[in-house]
Amino acid sequence: MKIAVCVKQVLSREATIRVNDQGTWVRDADAQFEINEPDQYALEEALRLKEQHGGEVIAVSAGPARVTQVLREALARGADRAIHVGDDALVEGDAFVVAAALAEAIRPEGVDLILTGLQSDDQGFGQVGVVMAERLGMPHATIIMDVSLADGQVRVKRELEGGWFQWVTLPLPTLLTIQSGINQLRYATLKGIMAAKKKEIRAVRAEGRASEQRIARLYVPEKSKQTRVLEGSAAEIAKELVQALREARVI
Amino acid sequence: MILVIAEHGRGEVNRATWEVVAAAQQTGEPVKVVVVGHDCRGVASELATASVDEVLLVEDAALATYTADGYTAAIAAVVQAEAATLVLVAHTYQARDFVPKLAARLDRPLVADCVGLRRQDNAWRFVRPMFQAKLAADVLVDGPAPHFVSLQLGSFRADQVQRGASAVPVRPVAVSIDSAAIRQRPEEPFKEAKQAVDLTQADCIVSIGRGIKGPEHVVLAQQLADALSAELAASRPICDAGWLPMDRQIGSSGQTVAPKLYLALGISGAIQHVVGMKGSRMIVAINKDPEAPIFELADYAIAADLFDVVPAIIAELNSQS
Ligand SMILES: Cc1cc2nc3c(=O)[nH]c(=O)nc-3n(C[C@H](O)[C@H](O)[C@H](O)COP(=O)(O)OP(=O)(O)OC[C@H]3O[C@@H](n4cnc5c(N)ncnc54)[C@H](O)[C@@H]3O)c2cc1C
Repeated sequence: MKIAVCVKQVLSREATIRVNDQGTWVRDADAQFEINEPDQYALEEALRLKEQHGGEVIAVSAGPARVTQVLREALARGADRAIHVGDDALVEGDAFVVAAALAEAIRPEGVDLILTGLQSDDQGFGQVGVVMAERLGMPHATIIMDVSLADGQVRVKRELEGGWFQWVTLPLPTLLTIQSGINQLRYATLKGIMAAKKKEIRAVRAEGRASEQRIARLYVPEKSKQTRVLEGSAAEIAKELVQALREARVI
Repeated sequence: MILVIAEHGRGEVNRATWEVVAAAQQTGEPVKVVVVGHDCRGVASELATASVDEVLLVEDAALATYTADGYTAAIAAVVQAEAATLVLVAHTYQARDFVPKLAARLDRPLVADCVGLRRQDNAWRFVRPMFQAKLAADVLVDGPAPHFVSLQLGSFRADQVQRGASAVPVRPVAVSIDSAAIRQRPEEPFKEAKQAVDLTQADCIVSIGRGIKGPEHVVLAQQLADALSAELAASRPICDAGWLPMDRQIGSSGQTVAPKLYLALGISGAIQHVVGMKGSRMIVAINKDPEAPIFELADYAIAADLFDVVPAIIAELNSQS
């Protein structure tokens, strides 16, 4: 079982988000980064499938040189090797640009399974995995909460809206987009971190495709609702809130 | 012309599809709606009550249950035959599953999860959230039409759909679907074991998010809930981590509630959470980030550390009772 798992480097959840002077992207020059959350679950699922069925896990990330940090992290958690698809333009690229870059890097590997997170916390396209599948001629399923492999097929549990689920069976090779919460994440051990230093991160160039989507303006959304801001000491806030709840007869 | 892709289930038009029809009508462009499935003429007739140009109906036994491969093949044929400038669809789970594939098949861009669209300087501008709704972007699209656009649930109002004086024509469109080429084999949808708690009946809900930091602090939220006679609920990451059971999750993949009071503790306000609670009568948000998106829908905003404020609120409630 040869599994490619795509991991995106995104701003850390704790980072304060500020628009750049041009109003087209965020200031990320000295920001903290981490692996996009659903991609962490995709990586974990890949590692678990390898533990059950044997094989190899290849972590793939597209972006500037800094994304090798998340590849190191993936190697430390247990991926066998990594591919870095390098191009600075990939940070702001649209979903098709990123999908093309990743797909062409993975194509020569001839993998059985490609896992991605279902969407990224920054751009939130939710498209890259599905577009890759189409490009590679593979079937796909999205928002997956369970994966089991048997007899050259994969049976997956698709999350639907409002607490509904559905099992779907697909032939291999296939692409799955993984939902957060599918498993419990493991974190890198010291041993893993040491081992990662010896693992390969192969650099490949991205296919030069131009984005068709451009951000004309990036901004903090306007508020539409009338909001009362409660300020002061904790005790003052508490007093004011409890009074407001009583006046509105919600308590 | 704007082409709307309809979604339906159990013989009914998805509410989100009506929102998209309303959005399409509001552009002032001619609108057509396409319905894909099997034995779904009733759905097409229902959509034909809207003031649109026509409803296209694609029926095939291979389309009886939704599959990404089947829907992509069927709708790709329709989009190629119709000269649409935009193809609009609701950003549902089903759309997430096949519309990127459809767009890729036709090599046309998809602007996903938009909350608005307008014409400006002879071009469409699409508004979409980024960075988990902390920012919004105006997006421009290059290249030949059609451009695919998915609209976030709730960003347009279904009750603003314009109805026609009489039903518009339903035009059957023949497409040939090779059922052997459909690679997904879906089973019947199901719900996990019966839900033990029904939060939809609760008058007051205290809901916790990742700001609660660890399972050891859930008791603090429980104390607040007790003081308010409220139910305890949570955002998805809390349930994923097992700090509260799944049946207390609020949002698109959990329960949808509309209590008198929804008190959000350390919840950022991602859209998938918001759709499950925005109908609440009064929303109080406590979040240490003054720019957290949850404050956009709060009636009362408390930009503070929940670990300072919550004990004070509990003390205040208990001192008065
Ligand atoms: C297809 C899909 C379905 C989904 N379904 C759901 C769903 O049904 N329900 C759901 O909730 N989510 C759902 N999600 C996930 C959703 O997108 C968000 O990731 C999630 O809601 C975030 O949860 P949160 O607000 O608790 O965490 P975060 O976004 O991490 O926010 C934590 C907040 O806590 C604040 N905070 C931290 N410390 C403190 C403190 N000491 N005091 C006060 N505030 C503090 C921070 O400022 C931050 O705003 C879904 C996502 C997808 C893609």
